[in-house]
Amino acid sequence: MSKNQMTGAEILLKALTDQGVDTVFGYPGGAVLPIYDEIFKQNKIKHILVRQEGGAVHAAEGYARSTGKTGVVLVTSGPGATNAVTGLLDAMMDSIPLVCICGQVPTHLIGNDAFQEADTTGITRPCTKHNYLIKDIDDLARRVHEAFHVASSGRPGPVVIDFPKDVTMAKGDYIPPTKVVHKSYNPQVKGDIGKIEEAVKILSAAKKPLIYAGGGVINSGPAASQLLTQLVEATGAPCTLTLMGLGALAASNKHFLGMVGMHGTYEANMAMHDCDAMLCVGARFDDRVTGRLDAFSPESKKIHIDIDASSINKNVHVDLGIVGDVGHVLEDMIKIWKSGRNKVADKALGAWWKEIDGWRGRDCLSYGASDKVIKPQYAIERLYELTKKQKDVYITTEVGQHQMWVAQHYGFEEPNRLMTSGGLGTMGYGLPAAMGVQIAHPDALVIDIAGEASALMNIQELGTIAQYNLPVKVFILNNQYMGMVRQWQELLHGGRYSESYSEALPDFVKLADAFGGVGMRVEAADDLDDAIKEMNATDKFVIMDIAVDPEENCFPMIPSGAAHNEMLFGPEDKAASPVSEEGMVLV
Amino acid sequence: MTPIHEIESSHTMSVLVDNEPGVLARVIGLFSGRGYNIESLTVAEVDVTDNLSRITVVTSGTPMIIEQIKAQLERLVPVHGVSDLTVEGPHVERELALVKVVGKGEKRVESLRIADIFRARAVDSTNTSFVFEIVGDTGKLDAFISLMGPLGLVDVSRTGVAAIARGTDVMEHDL
Repeated sequence: MSKNQMTGAEILLKALTDQGVDTVFGYPGGAVLPIYDEIFKQNKIKHILVRQEGGAVHAAEGYARSTGKTGVVLVTSGPGATNAVTGLLDAMMDSIPLVCICGQVPTHLIGNDAFQEADTTGITRPCTKHNYLIKDIDDLARRVHEAFHVASSGRPGPVVIDFPKDVTMAKGDYIPPTKVVHKSYNPQVKGDIGKIEEAVKILSAAKKPLIYAGGGVINSGPAASQLLTQLVEATGAPCTLTLMGLGALAASNKHFLGMVGMHGTYEANMAMHDCDAMLCVGARFDDRVTGRLDAFSPESKKIHIDIDASSINKNVHVDLGIVGDVGHVLEDMIKIWKSGRNKVADKALGAWWKEIDGWRGRDCLSYGASDKVIKPQYAIERLYELTKKQKDVYITTEVGQHQMWVAQHYGFEEPNRLMTSGGLGTMGYGLPAAMGVQIAHPDALVIDIAGEASALMNIQELGTIAQYNLPVKVFILNNQYMGMVRQWQELLHGGRYSESYSEALPDFVKLADAFGGVGMRVEAADDLDDAIKEMNATDKFVIMDIAVDPEENCFPMIPSGAAHNEMLFGPEDKAASPVSEEGMVLV
Repeated sequence: MTPIHEIESSHTMSVLVDNEPGVLARVIGLFSGRGYNIESLTVAEVDVTDNLSRITVVTSGTPMIIEQIKAQLERLVPVHGVSDLTVEGPHVERELALVKVVGKGEKRVESLRIADIFRARAVDSTNTSFVFEIVGDTGKLDAFISLMGPLGLVDVSRTGVAAIARGTDVMEHDL
């Protein structure tokens, strides 16, 4: 035993500091009291006290996604850990690097149904990239460093460290984070050059190429987004992005076709359907993107770049899979493309763009303007117009119609600017995520674009927002319905709006006031611009409650079970194309 | 005719893992969580110095599913390597079964005769029962057990398949 021995709690704090952690989102409880005692004694790491553990995980996700760093969460045993589960799975589905430290009952009580005991490693196994139960103080430092390595490298994801209370108080030696050499975990970063050459050949032989990029580009770091832009411009190919990829290519880039998928643009989906070569970059052919699988892009040769080998050939069979980090592979691909003077045949490409311009002419995102009610799309358009010139703007969303309208009508020019729950679709994500973003970027304008139903799911976090004086803006498109549920009930269930209307909504103005913020209510389109300007200029947190058209639907839409070329454009379309029985069972 | 990419076939995979708590749960959870089949699963420590266990899992699926299973297993943090022995070349598969047969008279004698043909050994015996130990591939064990059916079969315990590549090939893995 060396005399420099430290307690488990001390080792944890030292390890976090050495990992460069500046912020921890957490909530105390019995099993983590020794850790909180250490937090009390130091100044390097700032602890953000949330109001419920679920909020802590989403806040850490917002922090991580807007900075590229690993988000850190600290919760107590039992209910603390179980409340964190939704956020962990959310981070897993969207590949967000998190380290979540959960308190645990002392080792000798594990398995005894002790007070606030939960089988945390058992519960979180399927919803984390990896998890550890620390039974021996001598494993602690190494495991913490390893957790950060696993969370942030390869395809990022959440890692749980289950930390029994007796180990937090035991004494042991600290090991610094020398380069973690992991025996079994070594993600492949560089892509196979032969395959990249083959990909370049396929692309240059294409008459109708398409680049389809996703969140992997953003996860790879800002350089990858620049490389994507370079590749798009070098090839002259059109490019579409997934929800998680928005911002990887600037929305204003003329090659950008808008988002792909269920509520993507007509031009993006038609290009997916009709292309003859598809380069998928860090996306995963998710069911929201592909629509009906057997009719998915039938004529194309498909190339897939992904750091996760299990993403390749999972849903869609591809002709060429390249395992590697998107940034590295794109860099090699651009080099090879330029050195070979590759070029997509100009004439063919011109014809392809002409076809695309025809689809663009359909103006699929148009909506019936109204001077009687505020259309939700209009509210987002105005918000975009009045914020796009500001330097530092971050948008988070909840889940549902408003989320899709943001993807359609808010232009993201840079990566890491949109925080949204894509894979899991977690209502209640946006408010705590905005909180995490604001903590990472104190001077930025951070707006949670929300629906009134989602906003209420983690509304307790207004307490946190108030405590830390975070000037988060909550931009609620209030249609009084769970809009997407109502839309599906209208389209698929004969307009029987079963339990999708929120009776007894709170007065959001008073609610903001109760938490010490500023509440605003907008009911007329003419008042919207002034209200948005006022909101943006307010240095406190604001809830802006906007009464929007309650029955507006989100179009265009690929009905479930349909193919990309079977989009619905508006209410007049629905009668013509009833959803198939197969489609009815899909979500 | 079923197209080739939809034909399900059985594959035997070897998975080398860190011998640490939860690793088996992780592998099994992967199979149940993603709806893959497990036809047989065996696990034991094989390397005490490096603390490694070897899991042999027999599974079935279309070629795309089998590729997925391999990729998903390789993605697990404590997994050092996965080989699909079925596609990687010739290999040996062995299983052990303990088979209890209860009976008297001619049936009892017949069970002994068949055990002899199959090179099964009687490892326990009473006046009215035998426990046979039989080693072989899955097909041989299935055949033996089915022959014992009418001869008083009452209980079977099988180890599941252990498998290894033939020749000088060693399982590739990170160490």
